[in-house]
Amino acid sequence: MSLFSAIDVSATALEAQTLRLNTISSNLANANTVSGDPNSAYRAQHVVFETMYSDAHQAFADANAGVQVSEVVLSEVPARQEYSPGHPLADENGFVYRSTVNSVEEIANMVEASRSYQSSVEAMNTVKQLILRTLTLGR
Amino acid sequence: MSPIKSAMGMTPQVMEVRSKRMELLSANIANADTPGYKARDIDFASVIGAARDSGSAMMRTHENHIGPGSGSGEIEVKYRAPSQPSTDGNTVDSHREHAAFMDNAVRYQASLNFLDGRIRGLRIAIRGQV
Repeated sequence: MSLFSAIDVSATALEAQTLRLNTISSNLANANTVSGDPNSAYRAQHVVFETMYSDAHQAFADANAGVQVSEVVLSEVPARQEYSPGHPLADENGFVYRSTVNSVEEIANMVEASRSYQSSVEAMNTVKQLILRTLTLGR
Repeated sequence: MSPIKSAMGMTPQVMEVRSKRMELLSANIANADTPGYKARDIDFASVIGAARDSGSAMMRTHENHIGPGSGSGEIEVKYRAPSQPSTDGNTVDSHREHAAFMDNAVRYQASLNFLDGRIRGLRIAIRGQV
């Protein structure tokens, strides 16, 4: 029945948005992480969404199009160098390397993710009510 | 067509298309942030029109004749014309999708009410008393 697959589709969105929120929390938690080496400095993680069709051969006709996270990419922005010779992690030249997280960007991303999550929950709720009403048909 | 089926009229087909549309619209809402996703929808009037027309057409005079297809027919899915496409190729306009979703939910409930009324009418007719 189509209404049940509508719930499945919304569920995939909840899962994908949760993963997105997870990466955002990791990024925000590590926003002030400092490293003594530019290669080991924390890099911001970002999810890439992809449409997940229930059957690849009938992508268009078949309506069941959920969403999934195809990969988590690391930010290519170079680590921010900071001159701080007194820091315990400073390298021989007195530099420390800060994480590449842009907090403002992450917060904006978080708001968007939570809105999308809410939308899918709402859609799920509406569909649930319709299914329940269909069950009481003819009573 | 059985008398009970004809008493239900077009409503069951309408509900089938509505629930299919429900699924499409929730897929659009789910993929609101997916790059390259194209929003899809059903043209309700044309699907129901096709279902209505196919009910009356063509008689089979030989068992090898291929019928015009089932009453509800294939539900044709179309891409939505984007009003504000984004640079990542996504054409979902979440306000539009929400409005369509709500509209569809209300109409589905209306169909449920019609069907409910018809079932109640049939019950009264069967029992012969209110």
